[in-house]
Amino acid sequence: MFVAQDPTLQDFGHDPWWLILIKVVAVFAFGMLCTVLGVWFERRVVARMAVRPGLNQAGPLGLLQTLADGLKGAFKEDIMPRTADKVVFFFAPTVAVICAMTSLSVIPFGPMVSIFGHHTPLQVTDVPVAVLLILACSGMAVYGIVLGGWASGSTYPLLGGLRSSAQMISYEVSMGLSVVAVFMLAGTMSTSQIVASQASGRDFHILGATISAPGWYAILLAPSFIIFFIAIVGETNRAPFDLPEAESELVAGYMTEYSSLKFLLFMLSEYVAMVAMSAATATLFLGGWRAPAPITTFWAGANSGWWPLLWFFIKVVLLVFVFVWLRATLPRLRYDQFMRLGWRVLLPINLVWILSLAALKVSQDPETGDGKYVILGGFLVGIVLLALLWPSGKRAPDKSLEDQIKSRPAGSFPIPPMDLQVPPSPRARRAVAEREPANVGAGSGGDLVDKES
Amino acid sequence: MTSIAAAGAMSSGEAVTFWILAVFALFGALGMVLSRNAIHSALWLVLTMLCLGVFYVLQSAPFIGLAQIIVYTGAIMMLFLFVLMLVGRDASDSLIETLRGQRLAAVALGIGFAALVGTGLYRALRETPAAGLDQANAGGNVQGIAALLFTKYVFAFEVTSALLITAALGAMVLAHIERRRGEKRTQPEMMRARFAPGNYPARSPDLACTPRPTRSPPLAACRMAR
Repeated sequence: MFVAQDPTLQDFGHDPWWLILIKVVAVFAFGMLCTVLGVWFERRVVARMAVRPGLNQAGPLGLLQTLADGLKGAFKEDIMPRTADKVVFFFAPTVAVICAMTSLSVIPFGPMVSIFGHHTPLQVTDVPVAVLLILACSGMAVYGIVLGGWASGSTYPLLGGLRSSAQMISYEVSMGLSVVAVFMLAGTMSTSQIVASQASGRDFHILGATISAPGWYAILLAPSFIIFFIAIVGETNRAPFDLPEAESELVAGYMTEYSSLKFLLFMLSEYVAMVAMSAATATLFLGGWRAPAPITTFWAGANSGWWPLLWFFIKVVLLVFVFVWLRATLPRLRYDQFMRLGWRVLLPINLVWILSLAALKVSQDPETGDGKYVILGGFLVGIVLLALLWPSGKRAPDKSLEDQIKSRPAGSFPIPPMDLQVPPSPRARRAVAEREPANVGAGSGGDLVDKES
Repeated sequence: MTSIAAAGAMSSGEAVTFWILAVFALFGALGMVLSRNAIHSALWLVLTMLCLGVFYVLQSAPFIGLAQIIVYTGAIMMLFLFVLMLVGRDASDSLIETLRGQRLAAVALGIGFAALVGTGLYRALRETPAAGLDQANAGGNVQGIAALLFTKYVFAFEVTSALLITAALGAMVLAHIERRRGEKRTQPEMMRARFAPGNYPARSPDLACTPRPTRSPPLAACRMAR
């Protein structure tokens, strides 16, 4: 049954024109719908995390708020700055949207289904290099941001655009390298085949012992999965990596000068890119449209027909939730911290991981013969070297808070009382002022600053 | 993959795509040469490179086509940054001719050279049949390229990468400015200096030392405490 469900590369490219049109329109509608629902979802979730109600006025649960905002935005005045480069200023948001939408076309939404009597895969198209198409789209999407920043003709947008280009160049490297691990295990670059290769667990023979590993690359290639996710957060300019539109430093970054529909297009591209990248992550690492393991054991039909659409959507929503969660939780990185993370942490870890994965794969190959002992020796030498060269200096334990405060030189910067005592207000009436001060905290150290001075 | 043409024969879809994109590619190339603004030149170059990428895909080389798009996206982005950093945002070509008649001569020579190369290539390659594409793509396009890269051309590629790394290192060494320790303060150092004893821009510390209600501004509270 599974064999009949799995599309192969030969199944693509036989659709009649109306079926292609239906698929393209459906994917476009999916992108638009995800944007409308995504903005609502993000605002609701962030509000819940900040302990406030969030959207609740327009429609049930505030669902229509995004539509209302979109309509209002479309009727606003479209301002073209006098110093703007008019053609580039006009085209920059469309470039961003087109690139974000295009990458949705190679995402497999489901297995072979029957649409009006045609047996066809639930995916617009697939090519032998589909994952590279996603990479190319995310790379081209940065042009929208950089050009928008440059064409605005003012300083903050330009700075935002430059930051975005640096971000793209640094994080695309990590992103591409973590996909390499997937290519190595799957043996293909087409998205539908990568999903097919995660269908069942695989057995590894390591030194005679057989270890059966799960099929999902998120577990099998956990370092690649984590690095890939961090990289796509950087690539889609989402918090905590939203340096190009850092509102506390650059007003709104690259979209400061944009208004009306062009601004909406930038918003659209951000959310579509977020959804497309989540879908790509689900495809590459989370088994794509396949139902998670416990479901298939007691329901064999979970992976056939239109049901996979549901599993896929659940996975995408979960990943989008992680995006929103990150935004609600983490403060924005400083620019140098961001670059250090990309070049000094993600890239070296990725390289070492790919190298060891390749060595593991070669040592499993029966053709390698005695070469696998050389590889094993290399591993051992590497581990020994790592253990020997690991920085071993133990840090002295931190002094207690009281000691730290006492060791400050005279005339140091004043600090508030440590027990959070609220002193009576000098404007309060005498009766109130002579009351015992309220103890907010449970500290017993007393007013250290007072004692010191 | 019906969208990719079989070797030798040119399908009508391929021909139509070629003739549409060829116009775009040529316009991109002309625009790159003719536009006065350096950034516009870079953008026209992006158009040409995108068209070339699609041409590769059309000619049964999907990997090379997408690699072209990915690599040149990054490369032209770099070009973009260089232009911004070296020339400035609003820089455009000056129209003053330093050598008289130089522009005319350059145009004539350029067109002549392009015509010579074009006709030469056309005459040389007109009768050449497409050969070997099916064998090359027999095990899949990506696999075919990988097999060649890691067997026949592995040494050439290693040498090229060593050359590139040397160039990058050389650029870093040349551009690196040795700073003595403490010459330029880092962010943590500046922060520590800002909160060092005796360095308060707003108020003197002996005034601010009394515990004060958080709602009233610090200076007023200190004055009242005195």
